[in-house]
Amino acid sequence: MVSVAPLDPGGYVVATTFLGEQPVFAVGDGLVVMLTDAGERRITLHEGGLLAACRSLEGDALITGGDDGTVRRMSADGSHETLAELPRKWIDLLAAGPQGSVALGAGRIAQVRLASGEIRDFSQDRAVGGLAFAPKGLRLAVARYDGATLQFVNAAAQAQELAWKGAHKGVVFSPDGKYLVTCMQENALHGWRLADGQDMRMTGYPGKVKSVSWSAKGRYLATSGANAAILWPFFGKTGPMGQQPLQLGARSDQLVTHVACHPEEEVVAIGYQDGMVLAVRFSDNREVLLRRPGEGEISALAWDQAGFRLAFGTSAGEAGIISLDGSG
Amino acid sequence: MTLSQDSKIPVTVLTGYLGAGKTTLLNRILSENHGTRYAVIVNEFGEIGIDNDLLVESDEEIFEMNNGCICCTVRGDLIRTVENLMKRKGSFDAIVVETTGVADPAPVAQTFFMDEDVRAKAKLDAVVAVVDCRHVLARLADTSEAEDQIAFADVILLNKTDLVTAEELKAVEARIQAINPYAVLHRSERCAVPLDSVLNRGAFDLDRILSLDPHFLQEAEHSHECGPDCDHDHHDHDHGHDHHHGHGHHHHDEGTHSVKSVSMTAGELDPQVFFRWIGDMTQTQGPNILRLKGIMAFQDDPQRYVVQGVHMIVEGDHQRDWKEGEARVSRLVVIGRELDFDAIQTAFKACEA
Repeated sequence: MVSVAPLDPGGYVVATTFLGEQPVFAVGDGLVVMLTDAGERRITLHEGGLLAACRSLEGDALITGGDDGTVRRMSADGSHETLAELPRKWIDLLAAGPQGSVALGAGRIAQVRLASGEIRDFSQDRAVGGLAFAPKGLRLAVARYDGATLQFVNAAAQAQELAWKGAHKGVVFSPDGKYLVTCMQENALHGWRLADGQDMRMTGYPGKVKSVSWSAKGRYLATSGANAAILWPFFGKTGPMGQQPLQLGARSDQLVTHVACHPEEEVVAIGYQDGMVLAVRFSDNREVLLRRPGEGEISALAWDQAGFRLAFGTSAGEAGIISLDGSG
Repeated sequence: MTLSQDSKIPVTVLTGYLGAGKTTLLNRILSENHGTRYAVIVNEFGEIGIDNDLLVESDEEIFEMNNGCICCTVRGDLIRTVENLMKRKGSFDAIVVETTGVADPAPVAQTFFMDEDVRAKAKLDAVVAVVDCRHVLARLADTSEAEDQIAFADVILLNKTDLVTAEELKAVEARIQAINPYAVLHRSERCAVPLDSVLNRGAFDLDRILSLDPHFLQEAEHSHECGPDCDHDHHDHDHGHDHHHGHGHHHHDEGTHSVKSVSMTAGELDPQVFFRWIGDMTQTQGPNILRLKGIMAFQDDPQRYVVQGVHMIVEGDHQRDWKEGEARVSRLVVIGRELDFDAIQTAFKACEA
């Protein structure tokens, strides 16, 4: 059985996640909506717009960036503080790192704020498109124009430069730390095998890839940007090279705008342009309808830790919690 | 699924050299246009402050595609800013982009055609060039950017007219019209023009390409006065058809600058021949074509077909029915560098059915 409990976030849902058992929705108008046992709470974190949000690695706080130039940290109890301030900058890139560190980006600026409050600068000559921390060690990847730069935050070691022409935006490490993958301005992904810098082109998308999600144990990278979720295999020695990706939840007339892999099972939640959400099993492409089409495209999806509930949000200010009960 | 044209946010791009008066115009727009809330994108905070709630400073980021084609070059920072603005869509009605003085306007314009996300959410309303009458001739002699800005503009504000003589102003106007005969010219002091002459122009709307007014096709000696009240919208192709001469007229100039333009007319066209030709021409000569606009009369087609282009990008669509008694004439204006205008004209004529 699938049931949907809708809520009204009041604006564009930039991101959603769970802080413990509490679903939270980061809304473009600068506030966060949190569902607690005591009911719904609305907490304003930014004077202007909220542009980016992510969960701390420990899962105990939501970190947000806004067009008021601040980075804010809200704990599960609703208390909040300012982590960083860059006057007049629009902070639209965030990544949560180990030991309470946070990476933030705006324009060409990239910085890491350590838990101590100390700031390390990793700014680039050209646009910073994405930020990600490596799964091990305090190491930052900065996606930028014409490639990506990898640097240890606390060591003076020289940066590792990965070159590929074009504008690189979102960036992720594979969970085993062997690969780095970027979403490009062009309708493609680019990957590097970090051991030897081997390039990987992942193309064939009709639209830009803006959402990626690793499946359980990092076996597949699920991606948006096509009329099905495209899942590239990353197991085996050569990763996706020479492999055909899985294509799940294909629809003839709608592009996938957001993906979120189930935390345990080989199942992916797929959000589409028209607001529909499906859950699809990798092994047999079996589909379960989780939400019917709505007003806007799915802009945020997140599973709870156990994988029983899925929070969703749309660009048209719709949101809700989908509960799955006993279905595989 | 595409959003309807009406739900797209209109974007006005301001170009012009440093000191020409862009910020003055911007502040007039912000202070006088009550009721419209603007998001303003600037590339440098100038000496004059800008008083607006939603103001973002962004570094110009020119993104080239892997094929290296200049026609595919876009402004990455604009894509990012538009994407961010959409997260608070209810808080503004329109966007104004102020470019740096030396900016090439092509990537700005191309962003609104090439980037699928921007294209889905925003539409280019007009490129407005602010020109300092005192210095523009010197700038045109020194640089290609000044020429590009004029060539790309839909609306040109001849600013600081109080600081030049009547003869100097005439020379400036003649020079500008030689580069870009289809832009609407407005004379101003301290950018004092009615704001509806620079905003909500719909200059890139296929159904509102009105700058191809018949008077472009008149004799070169004819000096068209565009005072502050001149609004080409009023012509609206409903009258003045007796101005058609049924022949093309070159706006070739004899000067040394490289941007030239041609306005051409032809009778009814064979659409197949025309589309093949315009596709080939823009593919092969796109880098040299700055802008093109036209209204076509296709044989056996009851509707006017309008086209516009920036470099290699050409868009076209049916606009409206030809009116009874309206002369079915095809018109095309091409502005560019190092183009063989005679060959273009011959080829255009050869598209006649």
